[in-house]
Amino acid sequence: MIIPILKIGKNLIISIQIPLTDQQARQFQREVLEEVARTEAFGIIIDITAMDVVDSYMARILSETAINVQLMGTRAVIVGIRPEVAVTLVQMGRGLADVATALNLDQGLAKLEKTDVRKGAGRGS
Amino acid sequence: MEVKKMAILREEDVILARQLVRKMAADMTFNLVDQTRLATAVSELTRNAVEYAKSGEIRIEPVKNRVGREGLKIVVSDNGPGIADIEQAMTMGFTTSNGLGAGLPGTRQLVDEFDIRSSLGSGTTVTIVMWKR
Repeated sequence: MIIPILKIGKNLIISIQIPLTDQQARQFQREVLEEVARTEAFGIIIDITAMDVVDSYMARILSETAINVQLMGTRAVIVGIRPEVAVTLVQMGRGLADVATALNLDQGLAKLEKTDVRKGAGRGS
Repeated sequence: MEVKKMAILREEDVILARQLVRKMAADMTFNLVDQTRLATAVSELTRNAVEYAKSGEIRIEPVKNRVGREGLKIVVSDNGPGIADIEQAMTMGFTTSNGLGAGLPGTRQLVDEFDIRSSLGSGTTVTIVMWKR
């Protein structure tokens, strides 16, 4: 696995600790989806606290991964977007479209419990 | 500080190039948001070089304007096929690859100065400048 995927209770926690090339990012996405299917996880948290750059390609991979997971019926929250990364993404004309986000792991886990996936998969808030 | 140059040949070089630019910006005491903007802009531009041209080069030069304000000037050039319609390439959402089409227009939003020159058959050169705030 390119990024370790930890199963804690019914959820998967994935913390991206290294910069990924485009090819590695695609591999990451594939492995997350496979692991969600294999473990029948209730929810996943993707932690990007360690990512100091999220460019348009990585932003696309992250949102697509979360949206695909939600389409499969599992909840997904992206946590730990740094302030300077958020500013940069918005200035480029992108947020992380249609993806639930939270400040940190704690709040992400709380959000997984609250998020009602039946109300429009992929909607943030 | 001196001019730095680096060849952009593989996907890994995209990461190395943006790390190099961030380091130079940090050494010049650019603030964290501007370091991140520059690193992200370089990530977009060098990706284009790998994606479309298979190889290119980045040149990073510390500069000063007439009133002594410091900045970083970055030139990413490739000898790829060139861009047929620059106006179209600068439109958000337009892409000929598997990207988002946010690369070039997004990059322009991040920097103070942006210049793109391209002609079919002779490659593309993008020059960006960010001034210290």
